[in-house]
Amino acid sequence: MKRLGKWRLLPLLAVVALLAGCGEPFLSALQPAGEVAQIQYDLMVLSTAIMVGVIVVVAIIFILVMVRFRRKSEDEIPKQVEGSHTLEIIWTVIPILLLVVLAVPTVSATFKLADVSEMDQKAEEGESEALIVNVRANLYWWEFEYPNEEIVTSQDLIVPTGEKVYFNLKASDVKHSFWIPPVGGKMDTNTDNVNKFWLEFDQTKADEAGGIFYGKCAELCGPSHALMDFKVKALPRAEFDQWVADMQNVTEPVQAETATAQAGQEVFNNSCIGCHAVTPANTTPEQARMGPNLTDFGNRTLVAGILENNEENIKNWLKDPEEYKPGNKMTGKYNLSDEEIDAVTQYLMGLKVQE
Amino acid sequence: MSTYAQKKGVGAVIWDYLTTVDHKKIAILYLIAGGFFFILGGLEAMVIRIQLAIPDNNFVSAGFYNEVLTMHGTTMIFLAAMPLLFAFMNAIVPLQIGARDVAFPFLNSLGFWLFFFGGVFLNLSWFLGGAPDAGWTSYASLSLASEGHGIDFYALGLQISGAGTLIAGINFLVTIINMRAPGMTYMRMPLFTWTTFVASALILFAFPALTVGLFFMMFDRLFGSNFFDHTMGGNTVIWEHLFWIFGHPEVYILVLPAFGIFSDIISTFSRKRLFGYSSMVFATVLIGFLGFMVWAHHMFTTGLGPIANAIFAVATMAIAVPTGIKIFNWLFTMWGGSIKFTTPMMYAVAFVPSFVAGGVTGVMLAVAAADYQYHDTYFVVAHFHYVIIGGVVLSLLAGTHYYWPKMFGTMLDEFLGKITFWLFLIGFHLTFFIQHFLGLMGMPRRIFTFLPNQGLEIGNLVSTIGAFFMAVAVIVLLWNIVITSVKNVKVGNDPWGDGRTLEWAISSPPPFYNFKQLPLVRGLDAYWIEKMEGKKEMTPAEPLGDIHMPNSSFIPFMISLGLFIAAFGAMYRVDYAWGLPVLVVGMAITLLSMLVRSIKDDHGFHIHKEDLIDDKDKGGKA
Repeated sequence: MKRLGKWRLLPLLAVVALLAGCGEPFLSALQPAGEVAQIQYDLMVLSTAIMVGVIVVVAIIFILVMVRFRRKSEDEIPKQVEGSHTLEIIWTVIPILLLVVLAVPTVSATFKLADVSEMDQKAEEGESEALIVNVRANLYWWEFEYPNEEIVTSQDLIVPTGEKVYFNLKASDVKHSFWIPPVGGKMDTNTDNVNKFWLEFDQTKADEAGGIFYGKCAELCGPSHALMDFKVKALPRAEFDQWVADMQNVTEPVQAETATAQAGQEVFNNSCIGCHAVTPANTTPEQARMGPNLTDFGNRTLVAGILENNEENIKNWLKDPEEYKPGNKMTGKYNLSDEEIDAVTQYLMGLKVQE
Repeated sequence: MSTYAQKKGVGAVIWDYLTTVDHKKIAILYLIAGGFFFILGGLEAMVIRIQLAIPDNNFVSAGFYNEVLTMHGTTMIFLAAMPLLFAFMNAIVPLQIGARDVAFPFLNSLGFWLFFFGGVFLNLSWFLGGAPDAGWTSYASLSLASEGHGIDFYALGLQISGAGTLIAGINFLVTIINMRAPGMTYMRMPLFTWTTFVASALILFAFPALTVGLFFMMFDRLFGSNFFDHTMGGNTVIWEHLFWIFGHPEVYILVLPAFGIFSDIISTFSRKRLFGYSSMVFATVLIGFLGFMVWAHHMFTTGLGPIANAIFAVATMAIAVPTGIKIFNWLFTMWGGSIKFTTPMMYAVAFVPSFVAGGVTGVMLAVAAADYQYHDTYFVVAHFHYVIIGGVVLSLLAGTHYYWPKMFGTMLDEFLGKITFWLFLIGFHLTFFIQHFLGLMGMPRRIFTFLPNQGLEIGNLVSTIGAFFMAVAVIVLLWNIVITSVKNVKVGNDPWGDGRTLEWAISSPPPFYNFKQLPLVRGLDAYWIEKMEGKKEMTPAEPLGDIHMPNSSFIPFMISLGLFIAAFGAMYRVDYAWGLPVLVVGMAITLLSMLVRSIKDDHGFHIHKEDLIDDKDKGGKA
């Protein structure tokens, strides 16, 4: 049992060492890349430190007990002790004090992270300076609408760094949860109401992560819950503004250039456009936006949030989406021949608002 | 009643168990049924870990995986952990308080059969079109969208087995309040009885919330109501509240009896009175009370707002205080004691640091703002497995070894027991410790696969290897049970030699009427007090007299069977014309059985004084 006691201590030391940063910088909550994640990380470190302290005390008593009080003879009858008021007061009061130390920053951070008053000022004074993104979670894809900029995009969330970005969150079918681990904790997208919170994205950390953070759905939503990923491109404000301007410039669907792509566009207009828009304007009602907006599809990092964006994968996806995302809402909604799929692929690859 | 000792045919034994109202036999029924579901849930866990051993694995499909994860959680909580605890409560609590049986033996049997038929109904979903797939929490928007009958099996199965649990809880409350032996005051009750008492009170108040939630769910799915349909004025967040108003106390319903088992084991094998007994009792009651004040900490990310989140965060942290009191009291019970490392004691000793690890992550999760990161990730998975396995399952394994001689009259093998212990403990920490980090590294829970190159490979592989250790440990335990049952070496009243409480003052297994004469309790650890004064038996509190016993009854089985049939009718009514008549027939069976019970006089029978004396002359022990 002595070994057990020592063995229990090892992982705890490992906690401290490992908390310092593990996992991949684009996915790990332990490598905070923004103010919110930093606040949360600091709370994790504080609570872990207190808890390791508690564990050390327990471990010391535990090891002493295991070593000193083994039965030596079958005849020994130890003294029957009822208890000790002093000891009991000590182990009641000290934990209370420790919890107070933890509770104060907890409450303060909870209110700070929920402060979205800047969002609401907009309603009174017209346009607000704050950047607002409406997130709509759907069975296995994400829509990002920028109400002030009047553009809609999907799957790749584009945000400026170094400022607070405010989010309105909701789901259109079942409950999901919006989570970018390195940037901040999650918030559920409910079907009943709109949830609000803010995040801040750090430029340096974004560069370390390769310009892209991974976003995840964190609430079980069906077979492809595990595959409901999205990507976050965090850009300097100027680049972000440029992207917004380029998006806003697309008022008509972009005409395809090559002959195959033009054929693909025709197929697209017959078979796909009912669900997938190729203009960024947010004039269509939500209910009609049944699939991801594809305006900037050629620039997306991934196909369907999970496959590398190349010709082969687009074709594979179009041929049998069920194989890649079981239970998705696209399977069976269209019937395309292999030639048509090739043509649509050419067309989709050309959909870029920026080169 | 010398029939008790006679040899019986297989058919007669089965009939005996189908109709029994004896708490000791019902305990065995709970142990067998709970053990069966525990193995089933364990197999489901192995499917989960095999699927997640490597990235992009296709051992099972996405849809099937969701069914497996749902059934793993539901089975382990409702059909394994709780029934196994009920097994020990039934076997031990009436003996610990020196009672003849539980207060309502008939209801005790009914509670078991309701649980059993509910559990069977739920698991038949595997063969009838697919199991539920919305997680054991079955959040409303997803569960209403779920196709097929999986969720109907969940709602109806849990409704039936939940009724059984509620009945069992009420029964223990009444038993402990009314049936204590002379001298057994509240503050002399062993900790296992105390924790059973508080857990039963929690069942009484928590299960109605689940019942209401499940009724809403059932009516939404089967009869077209709209409690949770937000387009029709319903609200899905209400389900979350109802579920967790039940679900959080449920954690304490499970873990408090586990605390009780460990308190008794630690005190027994340290040969010391429990340190700070009254503060242990106080802490138990306080945990039970606070357990109802913290449910929304499961919903920090639902969007309840900062005021609710802050209040529930602080309330949750408060629970750490009474739990800490318990940990230190256990440590100081051992301090200065004379510790004998039997198999049950090894579990109890390993429980202390394991549960502390689960407890401290609980406090970390209570930090609402940081919980936004932990919530619904493998950090939470790691946390609750530390609490449930490190607390409840270790106590069940400890209890199995500790109470086995009392229930079956023979000891489990200590050497094999220790092999099970080490394999299980190592496997448990190997599986779950690393999951804390997986969660922090960005792995959400309930995902059927993960993609390569996200830094999650090694952790998941280690976790899967650990799971195999636990599986082997359980196989060794089963082997242990088989070989010791075959050898069947009979043991006396107090096979551990260190027994302190009343259950060790009676033969193993006890006669069906328990104590021939109610024992006189002269203090905490009643049997220990007598032993220290050199006595072998408890002093009787009454002269030998006739003992009034209840008759066996087949009615509980029929009542439960009727509901089981009715549940199929209610479910298939939507698809087939025969559904409605089956629903009516099933309800009729239940109601008629209840009617028979109500109008038929059943006064039980008496064991006559002369027969009891007769027993003693033959060498039987009371």
